[in-house]
Amino acid sequence: MSCQFLLLLLLSVGVSAVEVQRPRGVPLSKRQFYEEGKPFTCLDGSRTIPFDRVNDDYCDCQDGSDEPGTAACPNGSFHCTNAGFRPTFIPSSRINDGICDCCDTTDEYNSGATCQNTCRELGRKERESLQKMAEIAKEGFLLKQQLIHEANRGLEDKKAKLGDVQGSKKDLEAKVEALRTVKEAAEQPEREAKERHLKAWEGKLSFKSISPSTVCNEHDITGSLVSFKLNIKYCLSLISNADTPAPEETSREEINEPVSDNESDQYPDDDIPEDEDDDDEEDEDDDRDEHEYKIPPTARTEEKKDDDEGAMPPYDQETQNLIDGKNAFKTELFNFGFGICFRNLEKEISFDFGPSSEFAYLYSQCYELTTSEYIYRLCPFNRVTQKPKFGGSETNLGSWGKWAGPEDSIYSVMKYEHGTGCWQGPSRSTTVKLTCGKETVVTSTSEPSRCEYLMEFTCPAICQEPPNLEISSHEHQEL
Amino acid sequence: MATFTARMAPLLVLGLALCLSGTWAVDKGNFKTCEQSAFCKRQRALKPGESPYRALLETMELTNTRLTLQLINDNNKVRLLLELYRLQGNITRVKINELKPLKPRYEVPDVLIREPTTEPLSVLSQDENGVVLSLGVESQRVIISARPFRLDIMEGSDVLMSLNSRGLLAFEHLRMRKDTFSYKVTSTVASVWDNIKRVFSSQADPEAEKKEEADPANQAETTKEEEEKVEDGMWEETFKSHTDSKPNGPSAVSLDFSLPGVEHVYGIPEHADTLRLKTTDNGDPYRLYNLDVFQYELYNPMALYGSVPVMVAHSAQRTTGIFWLNAAETWVDISSNTAGKTVFGKMLDYVQGSSETPQTDVRWISESGIIDIFIMLGPTPKDVFSQYASLTGTQSFPPLASLGYHQCRWNYNDQEDVKSVDAGFDEHDIPYDFIWLDIEHTDGKRYFTWDPHKFATPKEMLQGLMDKKRKMVAIVDPHIKVDGNYKIHNEIRSRGFYVKNKDGGDYEGWCWPGSASYPDFTRADMRAWWASMFAYDQYEGTMENLYTWNDMNEPSVFNGPEVTMHKDATHGAWEHRDIHNLYGLYVQMATAEGLIQRSGGVERPFVLTRAFFAGSQRLGAVWTGDNAAEWGHLKISIPMCLSMGLVGISFCGADIGGFFKSPSTELLVRWYQAGAYQPFYRAHAHVDTPRREPWLFGPENTALIREAVRQRYTLLPYWYQLFYRAHVTGEPVMRPLWVEYPQDLATFALEDEYLIGRDLLVHPVVEEGARGVTAYLPGKDEVWFDVHTFQKHNGAQNLYIPVTMSSIPVFQRGGSIIPRKLRVRRSSTCMEHDPYTLYVALNLQRTADGELYIDDGHTFNYEKKEFIYRKLTFANKVLSSVNLAPDAKFTTDSWIERIIVLGASKPSKVTLKTADGQEKQLEFDFDASMSVLTVRKPGMNAGADWTMTFQ
Repeated sequence: MSCQFLLLLLLSVGVSAVEVQRPRGVPLSKRQFYEEGKPFTCLDGSRTIPFDRVNDDYCDCQDGSDEPGTAACPNGSFHCTNAGFRPTFIPSSRINDGICDCCDTTDEYNSGATCQNTCRELGRKERESLQKMAEIAKEGFLLKQQLIHEANRGLEDKKAKLGDVQGSKKDLEAKVEALRTVKEAAEQPEREAKERHLKAWEGKLSFKSISPSTVCNEHDITGSLVSFKLNIKYCLSLISNADTPAPEETSREEINEPVSDNESDQYPDDDIPEDEDDDDEEDEDDDRDEHEYKIPPTARTEEKKDDDEGAMPPYDQETQNLIDGKNAFKTELFNFGFGICFRNLEKEISFDFGPSSEFAYLYSQCYELTTSEYIYRLCPFNRVTQKPKFGGSETNLGSWGKWAGPEDSIYSVMKYEHGTGCWQGPSRSTTVKLTCGKETVVTSTSEPSRCEYLMEFTCPAICQEPPNLEISSHEHQEL
Repeated sequence: MATFTARMAPLLVLGLALCLSGTWAVDKGNFKTCEQSAFCKRQRALKPGESPYRALLETMELTNTRLTLQLINDNNKVRLLLELYRLQGNITRVKINELKPLKPRYEVPDVLIREPTTEPLSVLSQDENGVVLSLGVESQRVIISARPFRLDIMEGSDVLMSLNSRGLLAFEHLRMRKDTFSYKVTSTVASVWDNIKRVFSSQADPEAEKKEEADPANQAETTKEEEEKVEDGMWEETFKSHTDSKPNGPSAVSLDFSLPGVEHVYGIPEHADTLRLKTTDNGDPYRLYNLDVFQYELYNPMALYGSVPVMVAHSAQRTTGIFWLNAAETWVDISSNTAGKTVFGKMLDYVQGSSETPQTDVRWISESGIIDIFIMLGPTPKDVFSQYASLTGTQSFPPLASLGYHQCRWNYNDQEDVKSVDAGFDEHDIPYDFIWLDIEHTDGKRYFTWDPHKFATPKEMLQGLMDKKRKMVAIVDPHIKVDGNYKIHNEIRSRGFYVKNKDGGDYEGWCWPGSASYPDFTRADMRAWWASMFAYDQYEGTMENLYTWNDMNEPSVFNGPEVTMHKDATHGAWEHRDIHNLYGLYVQMATAEGLIQRSGGVERPFVLTRAFFAGSQRLGAVWTGDNAAEWGHLKISIPMCLSMGLVGISFCGADIGGFFKSPSTELLVRWYQAGAYQPFYRAHAHVDTPRREPWLFGPENTALIREAVRQRYTLLPYWYQLFYRAHVTGEPVMRPLWVEYPQDLATFALEDEYLIGRDLLVHPVVEEGARGVTAYLPGKDEVWFDVHTFQKHNGAQNLYIPVTMSSIPVFQRGGSIIPRKLRVRRSSTCMEHDPYTLYVALNLQRTADGELYIDDGHTFNYEKKEFIYRKLTFANKVLSSVNLAPDAKFTTDSWIERIIVLGASKPSKVTLKTADGQEKQLEFDFDASMSVLTVRKPGMNAGADWTMTFQ
């Protein structure tokens, strides 16, 4: 890289010493079309004009090719050699407009603008920054190799485990079916009883709200697990020992609040889409908000967000019995949850972690950036959140959506979608731009449009092989 | 959102919650109907009939130019004083005030540019029934009838306009409140009216007095008057939770005008309604009361942000205008004897010859002040424009750059954001001149400050823009945060410059900063102080390329009645009621003055305002406020700006793309295309909408938008000279077709197309999924050239034009010459020295003419005759440039690079003769299929004399 540039520098010095004669604004590559004294044929072939009409400040060619050095053609372009820096084309409308565009000042030859030749300075700066970037890329790329290696090992591990438990999966599914029947049977009398008592409560403890992954999470919260792999192991061990009793009184609150409050970079393995705190941060039109805001964040775990369960009067004995019966069912259900842990393992394997799984290490991690007002948290492949620095509830800025970079570098952009809804607008979403860096860190966040966030994120996994042959040759071909 | 709301005070959030109630239509309940506005209800309850007013001819006094006469209301014996003036330029002024009001009534200052020049009046004849006055040379007479009082303006045997012909003159005299102590005391001695009569009798003709007292009917009526009942809303009025204390009691004024022969009336902006005003018999009158209307609805007479109480009446025979100079809340009723008549019915009338003359009747009602009307008698549309301009002034001559494209958004978040948007325009090669900052750029909505984090180094930012010859506009609203640490607030408070509430304290309301007070801009000393705040050393971080935007100047008060200021707030001796519609004008006036002063009087200001009044045209630009990203809003931008142009305000535009909501890509592109051909060209977007800079919709749409903006920039020379003409003559820049084709009935209600100047006809595409538009090309003997294809079309036809997404149907009139600059650059300033291409479109007589105006583009030096103004003429195969202003001096680097003659025949040679007598042959191309002749590089300086012969 740096060698290349040294070479370039030498070459460009040479060029400026021996300026090749050609009409103003013509790149060397097109010099042969502009032959002094011979009629000029527009590059689109549309017509031929005497050579003295090239650069005579009147546009004769539809394609603008007769005026490479004046602003006469609306669609023309001007070539700056920019010796010492990168040569470039500018729209010919920028010739003599009083603004210095070419670092070699050649675009302002007749406007009275006083331009300084800054090419050498720019070249030096660019070389420095490219060098720096190359170093980063080099180190980053090494790290990336490591990451790929680890990821592949991890993947094999997981695949093996997946195979191990493949057999029991069918059993589990059968069990699920059986449980479902049991559940429905159990719920039927309970429901009837409850309807007599108070209908609103029913359904809240239903099958689907005991999300298996939240059960896992709960165990994460116990702090005994530090990585997803262990988590999986744990889940698997639970699966293999399905009789393990559920912990006493799995509280709804904890189920609904899977996000750990501790500041570690771990996050609970949580895929449940947040569907309950829509509008919570919206303050204009919602009576509920005031109520919400009054609850200190720490107290939230004791409060339901979306139902009046807590306010229920005690059930009569009969109903209570039925509910107790249901709680017994819950234990069964809890065990079933671990079947889904297994599914998460499948899911993790199915994520697109890049061509060589180099992004796999981001899975299960979270990265924070604190600004003057907010703490932003990026949990790759999971979600992005924003939390006021001085208290207040967390806002979901989007859950993992997809890789969304341009075709040639699809892994350069992550898209997180369907976050908390905005008042009269779309739900929040975040675009994460990845750049090569040794460290894995969120470098900036912004909100270019209301509720559309932009995050800059550096990590080694996006680093490309140090581009020794990377500098595109066409830009330098004339050197 | 979170960021936005977190910073707002809780009460404001509550206020917003009230007005942003989540629906996409205006909450009509927040604004009064006539029925809910006590004076309008009272006045509208009066039905046409015999007027109780009588002219006391014996009180008539005529000096050379001023006639005065007393009127008496036979019901209550209150006398009025009528003044009548003949003003220079075929204008008649009629003023009616109480002869002896209890206290002075408000007369609007600062709107007329000077005391109008009067002309002699003379009495032609007089008898006991009336007086006939001559209005000067044109066989025009005013007939004042005594009983009942009415006033008719005649020309020959035609009545042009009648006042009080329907007997709706009403003048609520100021009175003592009957349940107050002072009234009781007075009434024990004698009636108030006896008192007043006694005052009168010392002045009035004693004979008349005797006559009056002898009249038994009058006696009876006097008694009746004593019992005049106090209606609800006379002394207090409650709307929603707001009570208007009305310490002066009822004070409304009202007068009717009849316009024989008129079926089309226009003007009285601002309303989101058709260009041709509708009759109001079956609904509310048009309302003029400057209001911040959230998410306004289309096609109704509700008041909006600005008011110009000027109506233009037009028929094939004559154009006239009525200027009702009153700044209080005003309602205008329109009825017509032909409205509702079918075409068949009209034809029947015609065949049977029994038709009554079509007539439009108009009635103006204002809450306070006096009746002060200017009747502009035309007879042509352009006469009316110049008559109105002679009263209130012309469009300010804007800096050339402000006619370019403006990029705005609520909000560009920080300096980095500004920089990257600026770079985006270069990257995508789209020109622009101004980038705008909305309220979030300030330090906590304290105007004249910058957010210390997001805009920490504003000069650096401005310098960055200046390096690219671009400019910025930052918002300065009139509501001032009540904050003891805010310099501006402290100064205004300590100087006592705030508007006062009815109890004498500083008026406070809620607006963007939370609790805010409102400077009393009606005070000249306040305005002078405000102007001084724009000095570079006062308004820190500013430079000469920073200009100003006055929003919320209706004034908007979130928690006030109808989202505005309480009418019983006071401005010195006057109530807010009296001056309301004038507030916004004063804000812009003080701001524009500030921008002028900071440059030592050298630079022209650019100030955008949302609220406006008659005279606002002198101060800058106006936009149509908070519209929405809907096709209907795109469509209505045309009649809204046409209506403003008719009453002097040429520099008008609508938010490109629509402010609220997010436009579809098609709508956005169409809006850019339409906006490119409207005077004020600014994209703007609500903070809650996704970004919509022109390059965010794929390369294809970026290209479409780029092309629209480029078309705008090529035409800047034409726009600029039209604004110069508007500045000189008062003619609208963007005008309805009937202004140029006053006898062509087909043009009278057209509002989907219009003319820019005289020579460009624009029919933008404003329908979703349009495959074609039908444009009416006026003029039997005219031809029109499609400006894109050069295709020639005959006039007086409806032309179907197939359209694609790239189409912007625009036609150049045969007979015109339009200068363009085809070298579109980054900004208009970058194009300053560029050469011109002249587009000569020949008419059937093979002639054409046009103008070319050039100056420095930004200073007042044009007032010192530093400009080039040339007449371009094509006749007898000779194109020539002649100096229209020989006493003016200016030099330009610009030259003529190309001449394109549309509808030409092929010459054998083209010869240029310059002022020094030199001749040279010019090369040319001739496209026989389109009859287009292109003369290559004639090269003469744009300011020089020359002739070009086509042999």
